[in-house]
This record gives sequence, structure tokens and C-alpha cells, in this order.
Amino acid sequence: MQSTWYPINMSRFKIRRRSRREAHLGDLVFSYLLRLLSLGLALLLLMIGFFLFRGAFASISRFGWDFITGSVWDPVQEIFGSAPVLYGTLVSSLIAVIIAAPLSVGIALFLNELAPPLISRSIGFLIEMLAAIPSVVYGLWGIFVLAPSLRTRVEPALVKYLGWIPLFSGPFYGVGMLAAGLILSIMIIPTIFSLSREIFRTIPMAQREAALALGATRWEMMKISVLRSSKSGIGGAIILGLGRALGETMAVTMVIGNRAEISASLLAPAQTMASVIANEYAEASNDIHLSSLIEIGFLLFVVTFIINGFARIFILRESKS
Amino acid sequence: MNHTVLTEHMTKKYQQRKITNRVMIGLLASASCIALIPLLSIFIYVLAQGLPGLNLNFFTQLPQPIGETGGGMANSIMGTLTLILTASLFGIVWGVGTGLFLSEYPPGRLSNVVRFSADLLSSIPSIIIGLFVYTLIVIPMRRFSLLAGAVALGIIMIPTLARSTEELLRRVPVHVREAGLALGLPRWKVILRIVLLGNSRAISTGIILAIARVSGETAPLLFTSFNNQYWQRGIDQPTSSLPVQIYTYAISPYEDWHQQAWTGALILVSLVFMMNMMTRYLLSPRRSSK
Repeated sequence: MQSTWYPINMSRFKIRRRSRREAHLGDLVFSYLLRLLSLGLALLLLMIGFFLFRGAFASISRFGWDFITGSVWDPVQEIFGSAPVLYGTLVSSLIAVIIAAPLSVGIALFLNELAPPLISRSIGFLIEMLAAIPSVVYGLWGIFVLAPSLRTRVEPALVKYLGWIPLFSGPFYGVGMLAAGLILSIMIIPTIFSLSREIFRTIPMAQREAALALGATRWEMMKISVLRSSKSGIGGAIILGLGRALGETMAVTMVIGNRAEISASLLAPAQTMASVIANEYAEASNDIHLSSLIEIGFLLFVVTFIINGFARIFILRESKS
Repeated sequence: MNHTVLTEHMTKKYQQRKITNRVMIGLLASASCIALIPLLSIFIYVLAQGLPGLNLNFFTQLPQPIGETGGGMANSIMGTLTLILTASLFGIVWGVGTGLFLSEYPPGRLSNVVRFSADLLSSIPSIIIGLFVYTLIVIPMRRFSLLAGAVALGIIMIPTLARSTEELLRRVPVHVREAGLALGLPRWKVILRIVLLGNSRAISTGIILAIARVSGETAPLLFTSFNNQYWQRGIDQPTSSLPVQIYTYAISPYEDWHQQAWTGALILVSLVFMMNMMTRYLLSPRRSSK
């Protein structure tokens, strides 16, 4: 029989039969290629850690633990203690989470449980748009809109009525820890919101109906059957939001005032890990200054690594149960 | 007697529960409104402050030195486009390739490790990626360059693309692949021609989203491609980009530059939003059920 007119080359079947495991040379090459790319992705993560560590080595060997505990950051004297910067990162992110977490979970609840579909879809879309705005645009808005209105309206009132609390005392400039925390809170709302909404969506309808059938009001239903059963998932979402706030750079750099000092007042200028890197890399005249900045980067890398690992464990546990 | 007291007590309790319910629903609704205020404010300001500076010069002229009015961000717009293009060259291949590996090959230890690394990589602050590329490329080359900026942006694209490609291809039914294999096609052809090209619309939305994400990135570009007041001269030279130029102008003390920064922001936001809209359009049910 003539085999040439067959659309399929019959001889290939023979080869296949002979060695079933050796599928096809192209397949082998292709699968190894993809494997190489994927392995490269994992290696990239290791490389980032390694290169940052190498760059930070001069600073690590010179300052040791003093780098973390030292409270003076003075590039001129070549004294690098990052405690003020760590403090700034922690406090600004905490402000952001304290504001954004209840807001985002509330929005997710409202849109998922109460709002009619049209409103739910359009508000959900708008909130997700918040995530699409580039961070430098947030910064621009922060400098020219948020900070001036804080300085002229909000902060005078805070000092007047709450000035007896150290948090709201002292001189104010508009830019500072409070402005950074506020802008961060806006930026992490979409992160926490979309994750919480995903989690709420996975809760079966029957669970809500059961609560309502027992006579619960709408709010009680949300409390009993929605919030209670998604506690650890929401925890994970909040931690992911925190992770995003910790590393956010541009917007924070533009509104935090950039002064590496620990101050009790939220109105005072401060500095975060990301903002100190963005601010000082250009003027890092000597190697030890540069190395210190890279060490800050390395610390930030390790912290976000741990935090995100944690959050994923939280969310994983949620999806398994 | 006792009975009435009890009913009274219950009615009171019920009233309380109803009030709590109303208050909480009101709070939840107002939370949604509060979150929209900054969004609206940003929109209004970007439009109101950005539009006055929008003219042809903005797209065709180089930045003017301090003190001279006029000028534009032509080089920054070109720079951003060049950066994105160069980053896409390797970012897309690497990201989509990894996504293919995750979705088309049987799960194993490697795919778990890769998935975990992709998730972690995508949550690392972009400034860290910039710092990494700085120590990797800028220090050995002793200069800021377009190449370094593109590598940084490409690295940021990879994990996002890998995960979105994986997610999208998982929805492709198995029988599509089986049909290809039954025709005697080798697996790599099935994957490339049928699975990948057959879902090119879905994949392209992933790509557009990844590009939209990196086109607004500023922090990693500060240490890698830096800035440049002139046209781009070569891949090993520093280049201007829209976000970095906005940042530079925003923190400057000059009124003129602030105006330029707002107009730049308007362009950047419209660019990013257009890309987001495009993905929504491509994924809308009317189109995908062709």
C-alpha cells in the first residue's frame, strides 16, 4: 500500500511503539526548555537573596547587630543604625492596616452580602481600579492634595483636641508619618478587599440561610456564618496587605518627610526602609553607605519573605478546610 | 403579669438587635463610600491639573532647562515604551513558559517549588528587584542603563505572567489536548499550537495586565535606568521614563515642573487604565463565547 498519501506519517507509529518512553525529540527538548525556565524562576529568588547579601556584606561585617539596634542614621559620620527606619516602616504600615483592614473587610461584606448586583459590580470595579493607579501618581496626589489638606485642616484640629496624647503632639508639616500611613491605607485597600471577597464567595449559601432561618438579623448572619468561618482567611489577606505596605516605596517617599528619627508623634516626619533606599542611593558617595542601603534592602527582603510565607500558610489552611 | 414583662423584655431585645443591624449595615455601606473618596479625588485632580498642560509639545518636545517654560516629555514617553518593549522580550517568554510548565506538565516537586517561588517573587517589593539589578548589572557596568531597567521590569513581569498563564490554561478542557494528541501531534506542538495559540486571547490579557503593572513602576527604575534629559542613545545608556520623570518633577520646587508632572500623571494613568479596559473587553463574555 502506498503510504505517501496518508495525512499521517505511518512510520512514526512504528518508532513510537518500539520505545514508548522516548516520545519525541521535540517533546524532550521542549519539556527540558520549560523546566529550565521554571527552575530559573526559583533560582532567581535565591539569586536575589544572594546578591543582596553580598552587596550588604561590608556593612554586615562592620556593624553586626548594631545595624539593627543602633538609633543613629548619619551618613556624614558613617554611623548607620537602622532602628529609626525600622520603626518608621513598622508604624506607617500599622497605621495603614488599622485603617484599611476594617474598611476593606466591610466593603467586601457589603458588596458580597447586601448590595444589589449592579452596585456590587461597579463599586467592586472601582475599588480594584485603586490597585491600577501607579504608586508615583499616589505620591503626586499625596504631595499636592493630601499633605496640604492635612496641614491646614486635619492636623490643627488633631493637635487642638487630641494634643494631650503624645501621638498627636508637636509641630506639624502635613508630610510625615500620618500622611504616609493614610496613603498606604488607600493603596492596600484593594489587596485586602479582593482577597476577602474571594473568601466570602467560597462560603456556601446554605450556611447563610441556616442563620437567617434561625431568626438572625442580616448583621448577625454576617457575623455568625460569614465572618466567623473566614477568620483565618481574612487574617491572611490582612497580612498580605501588611506585606504590600511594608515595601511600598514611591508614594511613601514623597509624603513621609524623610527624616530618620524616632518620634512619638505621628505628625513628625519619619523614614521607612524603602524610602531611605530611594532617597539616599543617589548620594551614597562611599561604599559603606551604599552597602548599608543594600543591607536595608536585604532586611526588607527577608521580612517580606517571612510575612508572605505566613500569609500563604493562613490562606492555604482556609482553602483546605 | 409575668408574661407581659417577659414579652416586653423580648421586644426590647429585638428592637436592640434591629437597631444594631441597621447601624452595622449603615457602617458597611459608608465604608464603601469612604473608600471611593480618594479614588474620585485622585481622578479629579489628575484631570483638572493635568489637562491644562496637555498639548502637542508635550508629546514631541524634550524637557526644557529650569526657568524656560514649555517643553515636553517626549523622551520619557519613548523611554517608557522602549523599556516595556525590551522587558517584554524576555519577560513574556520566561513568564508564559513557566506558566506552560505549571499547567501542562504533571505536578511534582519542581512545580510546587516554582509555584511557591512565583508567589513570593510577585510579593517582593519592586524596589528590592531594582536593588538586585543594581548590584547585578549597574555596579559591574559602572553605569545606569536601559538594559538594567528592562531587566528589572522583566523580572517583575515573570511571576505575574506565570501564575496568570497557569490559571487561564487550567480552564482549557482536557479533551482539547487529547484531540490534538489523537491526531498524532507531538506534545510540544499540541501545547504551542493548540493550547497556547488557541487561547491567545486569554493569554494576551495576562500579558497586557503584566505590562500595565510594570508601566507604572518607578522604584526599580530609579537605580537601574535612572533618568536622562535627552533622547535615548543606546541600550547601555541611562534612559528617561515617564514615572521617574514624574517623580523628579513632583519633588522639584518649580511650578512649571509640577504642571508637567500632573500632565505626565494624566498620560500614565490613561495608559494604564486603557490597558486594564482592554483586558476587560477581551475577557467579556460576549466576545469569548464566539
